[in-house]
Amino acid sequence: MLPLNATIDKIIEESPAIRTFVFDHRFEEMEPGQFVMVWVRGVDEVPMGLSRKNSITVQKVGEATAKLFELKEGDSFGLRGPLGKGFSSPAAGENILVIAGGVGAAPLLPYAEAASAAGAKVHTILGARSGGDLLFEERFAAAGDLDVTTDDGSKGTKGFVTDVLKGLDVSTYDNIAVCGPEIMMAFIFKLLQEKGVLEKTEFSLHRYFKCGIGVCGACCIDRSGLRVCKDGPVFSGAQLVDSELGKYARDASGRRVKI
Amino acid sequence: MYTLTGFELKNPTILAAGVLGTTGASLCRVAREGGAGAVVTKSIGPEPKYGHPNPSMVKLDCGFLNAMGLPNPSYAEFVQELEIAKKDSGVPVIASIFGGNPGEFAEVAEGLLPGQPDAFELNVSCPHAEGYGAAIGSDPCLVEAVTAAVKEVTNLPVWVKLTPNVADITAIGKAAEAGGADAVVAINTVKGMAIDIESGYPVLGNRSGGLSGAAVKPVAVKCVYDLYAALEVPVIGVGGVASWEDSVELIMAGAAAVQVGSAVYDRLDVFSEISSGIEAFLQRKGYSDARDLVGLAHEAV
Repeated sequence: MLPLNATIDKIIEESPAIRTFVFDHRFEEMEPGQFVMVWVRGVDEVPMGLSRKNSITVQKVGEATAKLFELKEGDSFGLRGPLGKGFSSPAAGENILVIAGGVGAAPLLPYAEAASAAGAKVHTILGARSGGDLLFEERFAAAGDLDVTTDDGSKGTKGFVTDVLKGLDVSTYDNIAVCGPEIMMAFIFKLLQEKGVLEKTEFSLHRYFKCGIGVCGACCIDRSGLRVCKDGPVFSGAQLVDSELGKYARDASGRRVKI
Repeated sequence: MYTLTGFELKNPTILAAGVLGTTGASLCRVAREGGAGAVVTKSIGPEPKYGHPNPSMVKLDCGFLNAMGLPNPSYAEFVQELEIAKKDSGVPVIASIFGGNPGEFAEVAEGLLPGQPDAFELNVSCPHAEGYGAAIGSDPCLVEAVTAAVKEVTNLPVWVKLTPNVADITAIGKAAEAGGADAVVAINTVKGMAIDIESGYPVLGNRSGGLSGAAVKPVAVKCVYDLYAALEVPVIGVGGVASWEDSVELIMAGAAAVQVGSAVYDRLDVFSEISSGIEAFLQRKGYSDARDLVGLAHEAV
């Protein structure tokens, strides 16, 4: 599939470094957690989780995202997707825990909303550096229960999402969906592994993608060799046992870089 | 068992270079879950290389276009991945290597020897990396020199992967043979390009790249057919192979084994599917061995 042309309908400033780009194409068939390859023409193409059927939510981190931030409403970019494997479909009556850190809230928002719409009971722990960096607070609150944490204590509990998590009886949840900085995910992984509930957890990973379609192998993780772009980006906790999660990732050349 | 340049394969399907070959774990997965008879690594060079900007690969109706740009972690860093592949894949592991001149090829080959590859495959055919790949592989003198330089530093089998983007691929094949190649591999991708008509931008980050997949299979069949007639050494067929029928066709053109690349897009176990398909075909036709099929098309006329 060649990139389709998407025109930006609306840009929402979520925080100083995070913007949502709403575009004129709806990926009706998307599974929450799936991503698109966003082609900033003449610069680069980078993977972004879909935050809605017609939006991506982007943190300015490098050259491609900086160029993306220069675009205005009415400008366009290329999109390929939806790609990869998303979160498992929630069912009515299920108890779902969503743990979102920073921009990791982007792919979890459509999951929480789909779970709520399906009749599941959703509890979200949403963390960020400070109150101004919290993403989609109102929409997560509309989908179910919400606990907020901030590193600086400017809103909600002062501390990390794990501080709230530690106080919960995780055995009561049918599925636990996690996305955020890798250090946070590795910490949560360890905690949930110790509690023996890994088989009902899902983690959305980020790695450097080259082809984005499961052929080149640049994003394969150790020791399974699973491709983050095609077998993921969402993996069950069981798939990540003895993995590189929290230890290292590979750069564009394939060299291991410590996390 | 199939014997190819001195080592044995459980089946004649081999993972092609540049596909799922950046890490040892990935190579192991292709061998164990995918059923490949052997695996070829990502092309490894003397220094770490990031490759071209994305998009680096797109799917077309007729195949795939890619311009990765030889991203690799360097031989020094890759040895550990090779060791993992050798230890856990259970199949022969062929190290694909590239360099800008005969000395660099020899340096990379020597540098990977501690990882104990079963053979080397020389990438003199990548169509989109300036100064590398096809820049060397279009010149028979350079191909001979590069092959000889690697043969100089190792007793392992050396395969030379050829580009179809030349006037006469057999002249390049003969140069590889003259340099001491134990086999040639044909073909690498065919030069290609796609343009985004909404914006006028070439789609690939490198502007142009190489075409693989179904569209190039007839090109591969012709190249393998010609090389089989022109050379003494075995020809390994690659290009658009996605089924046992494609494989049998390349084998009848003269391929001693086949490599599979882009087809992993649809399914990883394409290798086991192809090898059981070939087995069933041999049985149906009353052949005892796939060797009976190699080059059959040359006798049929």
